[in-house]
Amino acid sequence: MDQMDQMDQMDQMDQMDQMDQMDIQGSARKRKRERADKRFKFYGLAALSFALAFLVFFFVDIIGKGLPAFQQAEIQVTVHYNEATMNNYNKAVDKKYKRLVSKTWLRLVPNQMRDNPELMGTTRVEWVLAENRVDQFIKGHEGHRLKSKHQTLVEQMHEEGKIKLTFNTGFFTKGDSKLPENAGILASAIGSMLVLLLTMLFAVPIGVMTAIYLEEFAPDNRLTQIIEVNINNLAAIPSILYGLLGLAIFINFMGVPRSSALVGGLTLALMTLPVIIIATRAALRAVPDSIREAAYGLGASNLQTVWHHVLPLAMPGILTGSIIGLAQAMGETAPLLIVGMMAYIPEAPGSILEATTVLPAQIYTWSGESLRAFEERTAAGIMVLLAVLLSLNAAAVKLRNRSENTW
Amino acid sequence: MLYSDLIFWLFGGLIPLGITAYMVARSKALSSENDGNRLHSLPGYYGWYAVIWLALPAMLSGLVFSVIHLLGLFSIPAPMLLATMFTIGGLCLLYGLRHIKVDFKARESVEKVTTGLLITSASISVLTTIGIVLSVVFESVHFFQVISFWDFITGTKWEPDTAFLIGAGRDTTGVAAPEFGAVPIFAGTFMITAIAMMVAVPVGLFSAIYMSEYASHSARAKLKPMLEILAGIPTVVYGFFAAITISPLIVKTAAIFGLEADYTNALAPGLIMGVMIIPFVSSLSDDVIKAVPQSLRDGSLALGTTKAETIRHIVLPAALPGIVSAFLLAMSRAIGETMIVVMAAGLRPNLTANPLEGITTVTVKIVEALTGDQEFDSAFTQSAFALGFVLLLITLMLNIISTIVVRKFKQRYE
Repeated sequence: MDQMDQMDQMDQMDQMDQMDQMDIQGSARKRKRERADKRFKFYGLAALSFALAFLVFFFVDIIGKGLPAFQQAEIQVTVHYNEATMNNYNKAVDKKYKRLVSKTWLRLVPNQMRDNPELMGTTRVEWVLAENRVDQFIKGHEGHRLKSKHQTLVEQMHEEGKIKLTFNTGFFTKGDSKLPENAGILASAIGSMLVLLLTMLFAVPIGVMTAIYLEEFAPDNRLTQIIEVNINNLAAIPSILYGLLGLAIFINFMGVPRSSALVGGLTLALMTLPVIIIATRAALRAVPDSIREAAYGLGASNLQTVWHHVLPLAMPGILTGSIIGLAQAMGETAPLLIVGMMAYIPEAPGSILEATTVLPAQIYTWSGESLRAFEERTAAGIMVLLAVLLSLNAAAVKLRNRSENTW
Repeated sequence: MLYSDLIFWLFGGLIPLGITAYMVARSKALSSENDGNRLHSLPGYYGWYAVIWLALPAMLSGLVFSVIHLLGLFSIPAPMLLATMFTIGGLCLLYGLRHIKVDFKARESVEKVTTGLLITSASISVLTTIGIVLSVVFESVHFFQVISFWDFITGTKWEPDTAFLIGAGRDTTGVAAPEFGAVPIFAGTFMITAIAMMVAVPVGLFSAIYMSEYASHSARAKLKPMLEILAGIPTVVYGFFAAITISPLIVKTAAIFGLEADYTNALAPGLIMGVMIIPFVSSLSDDVIKAVPQSLRDGSLALGTTKAETIRHIVLPAALPGIVSAFLLAMSRAIGETMIVVMAAGLRPNLTANPLEGITTVTVKIVEALTGDQEFDSAFTQSAFALGFVLLLITLMLNIISTIVVRKFKQRYE
């Protein structure tokens, strides 16, 4: 038996050898094919790595540029509160420090004296906002444009501890300014919230109602088909064309004030509508028919079924879609430029009809400023915007993942 | 009182009035109930019935008056209008309350109105499309009355500087006529789009293939949201990044090779736009690749092909229509993209094939024309609408083609 087996094996090996001999070209081809197989997989990996590497590079670059803006240089100077200062604010500090302190602070010294009469005639040592060139020089940025005669003084003061970097609270508590050390995002952040609130008020109810109609009530006829094709097309129209619509219809025809939060909110609402409709329809479709049939079986009407049973179950999906749509609207700039929301607006708006600016538009206007100090503020503004948008999107994804398990 | 404050007062007044109407109608319905006769609908429906009779006529009359006001026929002062609306609403409410009896089918009436409301909302999306088309076409027609359509789409010179003189009705003798030849502008748009597609197509497609065919389920669940971050970054941020970081990088790199590049070169916005649309390509392609039936893959693998061969020769051809439609959608996204090019591309129309030179695009010109201090009626501002019109046509066409292609794909496998 053993011998037989061995013979068999040897026979087989002979045969295989022969086949190898014959297929020597074939096996070379096989190796080539296997190499191609590995190469193909590698391309996929390379493509993904490229995208992710870009993401890392992008965030490192933006954070590297923006982080310094969260600190602001302050300078310790002796302030003279006297008659001369009252008449000419330049007299508030010694002449050699005049160019080192921020003009925004200097200009307000007489006002401060008027508000606090006890200051009159005193001389105090105070920490005040430093000029942006001093700030940039201390942070060691190139292109700080600080004059060389001031550089030695600033270096000396820095060593003596008379110039320090503190947390830049002004960035979050002030509006726009032409002087970078005084410019903050408060006005535009409030503007963004106002516009987003209006967008939500218009887009979410109308979007959800449209989706309910199309998904639960609409008869399958020509009109319904037209509406459906139309919504898909609207989702693909470039956002700037919504700006043209806002300009031509809302501003020129209906007389809504230019640059106001109202016109921005209306324009963005129309832009967000298709996103919300499509997401809501998907959420409604995901609710199983058995729920509807059970409701009908208990005698509920069409509307009662939708209102009491289908809608609550579709709620997480609707919320996810709405959050994603609103986050998109919050980062949108192009249509808002067209309806005039890029003006220089240092104050937060008092009503929805006043001129307003929004965070992305603020980023756009700052990025056009030539001073180096604005560049870091632009990047810092971007960091704030990205933090808000990414957390909104993360919340939406979390909501989606949690609701996916229901069915 | 302003017209726009009207809306505030209207809602401010309607909410307390509506609550009162609801309570009154509900208690009236309940008191009409006696032994043997129970209400047809739940009591709340009678309340809502009354609210509808109050609010709908009030708002409709307000709408009618504002349309009349907008058309400029005649306008009445806002406080009087407000009073009229509330009077109409109140009278209608009294009329509606008379209907409330024990056998009145309130639920059916309320549901009819609600359905009407749903249909109205659905029609808003249609109105939006009509609005976009009308606003673009209306101004374009004015533009094409001054500049011939043929000159617009075939002209190679874009020199609109003197257009405002005509708009202001000033003497134009001795001044060069403004020229609106859009060819260099569209050439710029197409060049940047082409660069973007060169980045997005290979990266997006191979990412999709890797995610759907190679990556494990858990890896895929992590990778996909990370790629989608790219689509969630606002375009103004990409614009800043392209202008401040990428453009100088390209200028420096070009200098190493002895080439001269503008800071407003086409390459920087093109590359960044390409990265931005990677998720559009990858998500859609990923979906269609996943939709290719597993039996096709199994059949091919059983014949002894490698995985890569199966993907290349079987899966991709089967998914091709879907992939093509993903490309088309990404392309229409790139053509209409505004902020990246506004911030990183140039303003000067330039007919060139060199991506290192400064060029401009359709969307840049639209923004430039509409954000300046120009008179609204000049040919210069109207040119923005003409450019928008062409942009709308191109993107709609791309979208329609991609929809048709996808439908074909779905028919094949569903």
